[in-house]
Amino acid sequence: MNQLLDPILVAVLLLNFVALGASQIRTVIHAVALQGLLLGVMIVVAHSSITVWVFLMAGAAIALKGVVIPRMLFHAIREVAIRREVEPIIGFIASLLLGGVGTALAVLFSKTLPIAHEHIGSLVVPAALSTVLTGFLILTTRVKAISQVVGYLVLENGIFIFGLLLVEAMPFLVEIGVLLDLFVAIFVMGIIVYQISQEFSTVSTRKLSALKE
Amino acid sequence: MTWLLILVPLVVAAITAAVPASRWRPWLVPLGGLAHLALVAIALASNPGPAFQGWLVLDALGKLVLGFISVLFFLCALYVPGYLALRPDRPNRVFCACLLAMLGMMTLVTLSHHLGLMWVAMESTTLATAPLLFFNHNPRSLEATWKYLLIGSVGIALALLGSFFLAYSSLHEGLASTLLFDDLVKLAPQLSRPWLHAAFVLLVVGYGTKMGLAPMHTWKPDAYGEAPGVVGALLAGGVTSCAFLAILRFFQICVAAHEATFAREIMIFVGLLSMAVAAVFMVRQRDFKRMLAYSSVEHMGILVLGIGVGGLATFGALLHLLTNGLTKGVLFLSAGNIHRAYGSKLTDDVRGAIRRLPVSGALFLAGFLAITGSPPGGPFISEFTILNGTIGAGKFVVAGLFLLLLAIVFVGMGATVLRVVQGTPSAQAAATDYQDRPQVVVPILVFMGLVLLLGVYLPPPLEKLLYDAAAFVEGGR
Repeated sequence: MNQLLDPILVAVLLLNFVALGASQIRTVIHAVALQGLLLGVMIVVAHSSITVWVFLMAGAAIALKGVVIPRMLFHAIREVAIRREVEPIIGFIASLLLGGVGTALAVLFSKTLPIAHEHIGSLVVPAALSTVLTGFLILTTRVKAISQVVGYLVLENGIFIFGLLLVEAMPFLVEIGVLLDLFVAIFVMGIIVYQISQEFSTVSTRKLSALKE
Repeated sequence: MTWLLILVPLVVAAITAAVPASRWRPWLVPLGGLAHLALVAIALASNPGPAFQGWLVLDALGKLVLGFISVLFFLCALYVPGYLALRPDRPNRVFCACLLAMLGMMTLVTLSHHLGLMWVAMESTTLATAPLLFFNHNPRSLEATWKYLLIGSVGIALALLGSFFLAYSSLHEGLASTLLFDDLVKLAPQLSRPWLHAAFVLLVVGYGTKMGLAPMHTWKPDAYGEAPGVVGALLAGGVTSCAFLAILRFFQICVAAHEATFAREIMIFVGLLSMAVAAVFMVRQRDFKRMLAYSSVEHMGILVLGIGVGGLATFGALLHLLTNGLTKGVLFLSAGNIHRAYGSKLTDDVRGAIRRLPVSGALFLAGFLAITGSPPGGPFISEFTILNGTIGAGKFVVAGLFLLLLAIVFVGMGATVLRVVQGTPSAQAAATDYQDRPQVVVPILVFMGLVLLLGVYLPPPLEKLLYDAAAFVEGGR
């Protein structure tokens, strides 16, 4: 595994904490966009032999995760006029602490899993697991629909990082399919976020509580 | 040949979206369904070989599920024009196109032997069904769609992580890393155990979310409660069967890896838990469409329980896939008609359905009796086979819990259904001018006919299909 990968993964982990601790939704989206950009770079770094396909894949990842999806999210917040307030259910300090605990657990858990000898010492598995956990944390502790979409993005990023271990084995089609799905999912969610604001004149999911036992 | 099965519904979906006349557009849905049914019949008869380097294979299990989905979709599609004629207030372009796109994606799930492709297809069914849930465009359906999309996407994301873990379990052992099902089954005995275990748990959680197993079922009552009846029938019979098929693929890999005991224990536990959670929420349920959703949770539990027990119960579970799906067609469509007639789905308002709507009300009652395992309905045979298999395997505690939970569900569901069906219709029932028409009743009658047929007679070709599929699941090959 390439030695350049680990510094980028550290940056990705730091961006997780930015996403957890920032109070402005714009900052969170910027953090996730930067994370998407780094993921694209990592695709190139992780390959042992660089071909045109690798560049295409990395280009697609950067374009979607780093540019198109964040732009759509910015568009959505303009439409529904949110500026600040991420509105967490738990405080920012608590979010950060939980994120720290999650990262520590991810490191511990990945020690129990056997790693192929070419991946020993690499940060890929702990970084992937801790990013997945961060995504979960954002999903479950934020009230605004748009923050939940961002949480889903972080979760997907974590899974994408794990996919780096398999880049050589995964056919091109599947990777693109994954990106495309993510794109459509965010697109559909964006439409729904807009609809929520139309129906309830707010994007808080607290209003979405009519359906229960 | 195989690719035509996927392409035809998608092409019809595109045509449907392009057609300008909304009056006869709904008729393209049964037309697409009929074309698909014909192609599936040819495929089942001609045994097409693998396509795209083994990415698309029609195996024994795929044949069973694909054949079932095609029949289910066609019958539901017959109901669609009649239903949409009752809803001239809503634009139907997106609805019709998404129905057909959903059929194409469900077909792709049943054919995929590449687990990454299967994942993409499964996620696509989520996205194709979201606009169907939002058909009514009101705050309640918006809430249901939001939960469905978010919970479904997170679940499916975990399934992707599980697929990656599985691929890594072969890479770790220095084997060629692959997500092709047939290769994984061959390599299974050499796969790295910790990664395989972690993968299976994530995959059961992930695809189990789509299937609606407890405790990942929370989207289900909301989605089924707010969706039009025909969408509920397709979700409860079709999409859940696809998710079940996905879980079975990974179960087969576990069997081939000699890890069947590990996988079976998880499935028995999740199955019983789903049945128990459903039973708790079905008692005193006032909303009869939500009740159907919990019934779906219960029957998904029965399916994985049957596979967990194995042997004869596997055959029972695969038969139950058919009988449950068909009975859900009866229940969701007749519940949809009752909902339309009364303008409410709460038992406080809905009384005397059998007087107000003699056909739909009677079918709703008959569907209830069938789904709770009363003879001579099809589910009686399949549930009895599962019970038989459980006792035969010496799992007496599991068999006892299975019977107890079935009894609780019967009582709980019966109370709600009888409140809906019996009594005299209130003044509110007269408020709408809805009456049973042939277009919205005949498909339900056909569903009910099939449920009764499977209860008394299993046609030999179907029996062979079921035996082959059960042997395929158990043998891991």
